[in-house]
Amino acid sequence: MKYFRLVLAALFAKKIRTTLTLLSLVMAYLLFGLLQAVNVLFNSAGDSFSGATRIVTQSRVSFTQSLPLRMLPQIESVKGVQRVMYQQWFGAYYQEPRNQLVAFAVDPLRLKDVYPEWKMPDAQWQKFASTRTGIILGRQLADRFNFKVGQQLPMNSNIFPKNDGSKLWTFEVVGIYDGKDADAQRQTGVMYINFDYFDEARQFGKGGAGIYISKLAQADDAERVAREIDAMSINSPEETKSQSEKEFNLNFVRQIGDINLIVNAILGAVFFTILLLTGNTMAQAVRERIPQLAVLKTLGFTDSSVMWLILAETLLLIGIGAALGMALATVVGFGLAGFFQAAGSIVDARVWAYAAGSVLVLALVVGLPPAWRAKRLKIVDALAGR
Amino acid sequence: MSSLIEIKNLSKSYVRGKQSIEVLHELSLSIPKGDFVALMGPSGSGKTTLLNLIGGLDQPTRGEVSIDGKRIDQLSGNALAAWRARNVGFVFQFYNLMPELTAERNVELPLLLTGLSAANRGKRARIALEIVGLGDRGRHKPKELSGGQEQRVAIARALVADPTLLVCDEPTGDLDRKTADEILRLLQTLNTEQGKTIVMVTHDPKAAEYAKRILHLDKGQLVDDVSNKG
Repeated sequence: MKYFRLVLAALFAKKIRTTLTLLSLVMAYLLFGLLQAVNVLFNSAGDSFSGATRIVTQSRVSFTQSLPLRMLPQIESVKGVQRVMYQQWFGAYYQEPRNQLVAFAVDPLRLKDVYPEWKMPDAQWQKFASTRTGIILGRQLADRFNFKVGQQLPMNSNIFPKNDGSKLWTFEVVGIYDGKDADAQRQTGVMYINFDYFDEARQFGKGGAGIYISKLAQADDAERVAREIDAMSINSPEETKSQSEKEFNLNFVRQIGDINLIVNAILGAVFFTILLLTGNTMAQAVRERIPQLAVLKTLGFTDSSVMWLILAETLLLIGIGAALGMALATVVGFGLAGFFQAAGSIVDARVWAYAAGSVLVLALVVGLPPAWRAKRLKIVDALAGR
Repeated sequence: MSSLIEIKNLSKSYVRGKQSIEVLHELSLSIPKGDFVALMGPSGSGKTTLLNLIGGLDQPTRGEVSIDGKRIDQLSGNALAAWRARNVGFVFQFYNLMPELTAERNVELPLLLTGLSAANRGKRARIALEIVGLGDRGRHKPKELSGGQEQRVAIARALVADPTLLVCDEPTGDLDRKTADEILRLLQTLNTEQGKTIVMVTHDPKAAEYAKRILHLDKGQLVDDVSNKG
C-alpha cells in the first residue's frame, strides 16, 4: 500500500497520454461488458433448466413445422417417459410489434407436471386449467409490464389469426408464477396460454403443436428415450428429432447465427486492440523513465521490486479503465434487462468475474515485457544513458 | 580516525563490443570515517567508476571494496540493494528526482524500504528538507524549484535514511557558481557537523577546494593524493 502513491504518480506522469489510454480502455471494457453479458446469457440459455431430464421432440424438418397431437399417447408410451406436454409458439407482442413476448400455448396441468420449477398457488393452477381464455405470466414478465392477476390482456399474435380473422386475442391473467430457485427465477419471462382455447380459436394449424417436451423418470434414459421417440415416426411424413432441452434451447438461439463465435470474434478484436494500446503506452512509459527506475534501484529498490512496480502500474491502468468501463456497461445493462428478460442488469457478477480475470491476464501480458526490461536494467548503464 | 572505505587492488574492466577496456587498474585506497574526499581527473580516468564501486552500484572485476568492514564486492543482487538503502546516500549531477512527486515525497522514497509508518516517513522527510533549507518547499514539485533547490532536495533524499556515506557525482556540474558554492557549503556542513563521510567526483577545482582531501586519478590509477587544509 505504501507504494501505491508512487505507482499512481508514475501512471499519471503523462496525464494526457494516460487519460487517452484510459478512455480507450473504458470504451473497450464497456464493449466487453455488454458482449460478454450476451455471451454468458446465450451460454446459459439451456443451463438453467433441468437439462437431460427433459427431452424436446420437434419436427425433423424444422421446429416451425407442427407435429400432430395424435403423437401424444405414442410418446407417453415410451418407457422412461414420466409425463409429456406439448406447446405451440404463439408469436405474441403487446400493443406494438417491438414489445415481443415469449408466449406458448400449453396444456396447463401437463405444464405443471413437466416444469416443477414453476411455483404458483394451486388455486391459480386450477383457474388456469379451468379458464379457457386464461393465461399465466412469469414474474419477470408481469413486473416488466406491471400486469396483474385478474387483468384482461389484449395480445397480438404475428402468426395466428383467430377464426374471425383478427390477430388480436384477449386473455385473462389468472396467475403469476415464479421460479423455485434463483436460476428458475431468471427464466420467468414466459407467458403460457391455455392450449384448448387457442387450438379452437385459431384459424389454421388446429390439432398440432410445435414441440413435445417429455419429462423423464431418470436422466440416464435421455439418449435411449430420444432414440425410441424418433424411431416411432421414421419414414412417416412427421419424422421427429428429439434432443435434450438444453441442446434445443441453444439451437433455438443459434437460429440467428453462431452468437458465441460472433461475440468472441469481436471480443478478440477488442482485446487485441487493448493489448497493442496499453502495451505501447507501458513500453513508452518505461522507456522514458529508465533513469528514474535506475535511481530507484540506486536508492535500494531491488530488481524484483522495480519489476513489480511496473506490473502494478500496468494493473492499475487496466484496472481503472476496466472498472469504469464495466460500471458503465452495468448501467447500460440495466437498460437492456427488459430486452433480455433479465431480472437486473445483464452485466452481472459472472461478467464482472470475466472482466477481473481479463484484467489480470492483460496486465501480465502487457506489463511483463516492460517490467522485465526494468528488472534487467543495469544501474550504471541506465544512469550513463547507455 | 578509523577507516570507513578500504579498497585493495581494485580493477574494473568493461566489455564494449569485442573489446575489453580496463577502467581501473589495481587501485588501493583508504578513506577514513568523516572524511570529505574529492575525486578528480580527466574524462575516462575512472572517477565515476570508482564512485559507483564505492556506492555498491557496480561490481569490480577484481579486488576488494570494504565499507565499514563489510566486503560489498561479495554482495550481489538484493543484498547489495539492501546494503545501499541502509548505508549510502547518492547525489547526482542532474538531481534525478521523480518529476511527478512533490519534494517531500521524493525525499521519502528511500524510507519506503524501511518499516517506518507513513507518519514517521513524512516527519523524517520534512526534517531532512529543513536540514537542506527547504522546509517550506515540501509540497512543490521539482519543476517548481530552481536547479539549486532541486539539488538540495536530492541531498535531503540522500540524507533521510541517515547513511554514513554520501557519494556525489558532479553535484554542482549543472549549477551556476553561486548556487554551486551554496550546495558545496551544505555538503561541507553535513561533513563537519553531522560527520557524514563524503566522496565527491568533480571536474571543478573550485568545488574540490571544499573537500578535505583531493585524489587525482588518471588512466585508472591513483596518481595524486593531496590533503586540503583550506
